[in-house]
Amino acid sequence: MATGKKKEHWRWEESNWHNPEIDWVKARIITAGVDVGSVSSQAVIMCDGKLFAYSNMRTGSNSPDSALNAINWAMEETGLTLDDLHYTVGTGYGRINVPFANRAVTEIACHARSGGFMYGPTVRTILDIGGQDSKVIHCDSKGKVTSFIMNDKCAAGTGRGMEVFADLLDIPIGEVGTRSLDVEEEPEPVSSTCVVFAKTEAVGLLHAGWSKERVLAAYCSSMAQRVLSLLNRIGIKKDLVITGGIAKNIGIVSRIEDKLGITALKPRYDTQIAGAVGAALFARALIEKDN
Amino acid sequence: MIANYGYKDGSGEFFISIDTAKCAQCEAKPCVEACPEKILVIFTDDYDDEVIGVKEEHRKKIKYSCGPCKPITEKRNLSCQKACPSGAIVHSW
Repeated sequence: MATGKKKEHWRWEESNWHNPEIDWVKARIITAGVDVGSVSSQAVIMCDGKLFAYSNMRTGSNSPDSALNAINWAMEETGLTLDDLHYTVGTGYGRINVPFANRAVTEIACHARSGGFMYGPTVRTILDIGGQDSKVIHCDSKGKVTSFIMNDKCAAGTGRGMEVFADLLDIPIGEVGTRSLDVEEEPEPVSSTCVVFAKTEAVGLLHAGWSKERVLAAYCSSMAQRVLSLLNRIGIKKDLVITGGIAKNIGIVSRIEDKLGITALKPRYDTQIAGAVGAALFARALIEKDN
Repeated sequence: MIANYGYKDGSGEFFISIDTAKCAQCEAKPCVEACPEKILVIFTDDYDDEVIGVKEEHRKKIKYSCGPCKPITEKRNLSCQKACPSGAIVHSW
């Protein structure tokens, strides 16, 4: 009997990067931020407050190993070692399990801190759609949290929910957003209360003859609605930015913008590294405070 | 900072909002002892202020944890709010 190997469409692309124009040997302060999330882990290295290197990869079953893998991948081909880092802050779900971190800071405070660096000083609302939760954070001009709310009770409105749909529909996760926009008319959203119910509903719609694009549009719309209710709970202050893996999904971002009637600021960097950038910025502030 | 602890599900929105700026000014934090279900905890936040929060294990079941103080048929008796001298605690439901 022949068996076909199923493709894993939920697998998003891991990446690392470093800036060859920065010579870390000349840097006065080298800080790192490591964000160990439920689905992905990122490490960011900054030299005197400038982004020098980062990595973005899937979190494994062991938080300390994930943190080490992420920082090692960020330092790859740079000549840096852990001993060269002056201060490291851990953040995310696994923040207390980053063995080489000097301090742990919540991802809420880190996202607020990174807003100005990644998007500019006008950021006041950050919508972070992570792998297994979504958060809305209000911050002031200095990147200090003024209010926050979090949904971590279920996968609806999170990146994991989108991975489930990519697999169900056999569509690579990177194409989900664009293909969801390939519909003539926006369909009614599927259930926004639960990913399992939404998936059941989607299977029914496929059997009823809906195209994959239309089903995706219904799910993206439901997801946008879900995070919108979170946004409405504490309100929206301009400017709005969207971080996390879902910020790369044009199908969700454009639907959120349409429903809100405002445009989110466009990122200068990978939206998944926002938490780790904030952690590295915290590290710099903490080392300067200690000195 | 307004910290919102709780969740929204099919049955409604259940959040406890804590104004940590007010909370940090209060040294005694009598709300923690006043809560009969002991769902509140004192901790040092990311900005090194000593504030209260909802314990991790209660955040996803706060509707039920706070249930005994919120009888349907009787007048509500929110011990945490009564104990808080600065009005820093708000319930959404």
